[in-house]
Amino acid sequence: MIAARAIGDALRAALDEDNRVILLGEDLVDPYGGAFKVTRGLSTDFPGRVRSTPISEGTIAGLSAGLALSGYRPIAEIMFGDFLTLCFDQIVNHIAKYEAMYNGKVTCPVIIRTPSGGGRGYGPTHSQSLEKHFLGVPHLRVVAGSLVHDPGSVLCALLAQDSPALIIEHKLLYPLHLMLPASGRIGDDIAAEHVSPDGLPTVSIRPVPREDCSFTVLAYGYQAELARRVLSRLAVEEEIFGELVVPSQISPLDWEPIHDSVSVTRRLLVIEEGAEGFTWGSEVAAHISSHFFGELRCPVAAAASDPTVIPSSKALEAEMLMTSERVEQAIRKVAT
Amino acid sequence: MVADTISAAPVVLGGDVRLVGAPGEPRAERLYRRMRFIRRFEESLLELFERGLLNGTTHACIGQEADAVAILEHLGDDDHVFSNHRCHGHFLARTGDTLGLMAEIMGKPEGVCGGIGGSQHLCAPGFMSNGVQGGIVPNAAGIALAKQLDGGAGVSVVFIGDGTLGEGATYETLNLASLWKLPLVVVLEDNGWAQSTPSSASLAGSIRDRFAAFGIPVFEIDSTDVEEIDAVAERALVQGRTQEGPVAIIIHTYRLCHHSKNDDNRPVDEVAARWDLDPIEIHGRRLDPSARATIDTEVESALRGVIDRALSL
Repeated sequence: MIAARAIGDALRAALDEDNRVILLGEDLVDPYGGAFKVTRGLSTDFPGRVRSTPISEGTIAGLSAGLALSGYRPIAEIMFGDFLTLCFDQIVNHIAKYEAMYNGKVTCPVIIRTPSGGGRGYGPTHSQSLEKHFLGVPHLRVVAGSLVHDPGSVLCALLAQDSPALIIEHKLLYPLHLMLPASGRIGDDIAAEHVSPDGLPTVSIRPVPREDCSFTVLAYGYQAELARRVLSRLAVEEEIFGELVVPSQISPLDWEPIHDSVSVTRRLLVIEEGAEGFTWGSEVAAHISSHFFGELRCPVAAAASDPTVIPSSKALEAEMLMTSERVEQAIRKVAT
Repeated sequence: MVADTISAAPVVLGGDVRLVGAPGEPRAERLYRRMRFIRRFEESLLELFERGLLNGTTHACIGQEADAVAILEHLGDDDHVFSNHRCHGHFLARTGDTLGLMAEIMGKPEGVCGGIGGSQHLCAPGFMSNGVQGGIVPNAAGIALAKQLDGGAGVSVVFIGDGTLGEGATYETLNLASLWKLPLVVVLEDNGWAQSTPSSASLAGSIRDRFAAFGIPVFEIDSTDVEEIDAVAERALVQGRTQEGPVAIIIHTYRLCHHSKNDDNRPVDEVAARWDLDPIEIHGRRLDPSARATIDTEVESALRGVIDRALSL
């Protein structure tokens, strides 16, 4: 099943199971069904609970906060991840603060989903991966959809919590088929799933047993899929073996499965699509360097896109974004 | 004057009867007592600051007490209040929890938010406040949407100031709340000054027309007389409960104190002239002097007890 459909089904199941779940966002309602069609059909089947809003991202987030403070379980869609900037005040100063600021007297479990990332030629304001600006915001979970995680179980895990969450969905993943671990495998690879105490999975994928892998790659979203393809090819064609670790929650991180891999491979590459500098990768590098000081065989490597605007031109975009070629380049560098 | 029979005394109010009034106390006395209580609470706070006993900052509503007291006369258990940085009056009129607020501002664990929230970030049943301008407006609208979805009769009230009219979130919310007919009541206390900036330097156009443009009925009053505001609040809340959408109450008032602490650059003459319209005096003159003196004494002794207890925590 393709990711967009699986996310839609997960939302449908949530609406079905809990009448406190409310979906809000721009152009969600049928027949349009959302800019990426993820919510198609839902407004017809759950009238009044799936709502198209005016173009008011800050208020979509703020309204969701009020609903959550009142016991509802709002799931808001921000049409493009670039527009999260318009929700920043609500997320940082309201949604993520209320529970702690009021000393636990309330909870504000808002879930915000947003299609992000480049590769579609949408240009500087419809292609960004801005999640790094939300990493480390106290009391906020940042979750990223990947093909190796079941959107239904991730959403269930988030709905079982009382804390707010931001879900980043790379738009290039929507038409791709999920590749969930089954019987310890994804395709020809060995796959292991580690589930955090909060129910959020990290999937580790390796072509050979971990002891035979010479490095670890940590990635999420579309970059995880690019890395999986590259690693798979390098294993078959060149007998270069690396383990890919894909967390569903990228902040705060569940370090255990990352430690498990790095403690054996002792080399780590972190890949993300956002602009380089002050990144997810820098944070992971700081943590891993500190934790494994003296044990690593090389410094933690980080790969990210160039720190500039994302051009509309396909050729120019490919020059500055993390592409398959750049992922391969980064992997080859850490592998040797 | 609003007759006693028009609305029952708020059912949500707790606290010392010397501060909030005993059930059955004549309305005129109750209104006075509650304004006096809020005034003396905040004057006491400012004294405690000066004595170095409080940390951080505070925003007193001295001069605006009539707004809180009059509006809260018309709210009950099913309603919710969201307030802003200048929230003590609203909080006290809503909850009567003097010790909880005092301990909170003192940063003690016994405070309503364990000392984490402090002066501007309060939470109690049916009440919340936050210190960022504008952001509480969509939050209050979300609470209104929840009330609409619940199918109950409650309204969500949000207090903002004239300064908040500079924030875009306010207008996004007015649009959506009107479109979705949310039971939202926006109470705008226009005290003429956004911190140190006069309205003339921060507001273009008409305040009323801002709401009118979204099809929101406006109840407007230029007064510091609690009974006049009470009467307007009554009409506005009746309309606000018809489930026909939001209403706005615009109260043109004045802040007799500085914005927070020791930061008042307004013309001295302007402030002095407004003391003639002190809401406590306007309404206090209506009471029998001995009844008024009794209330003053009761408020004083109750507050003294609260402060001593809070200090001893």
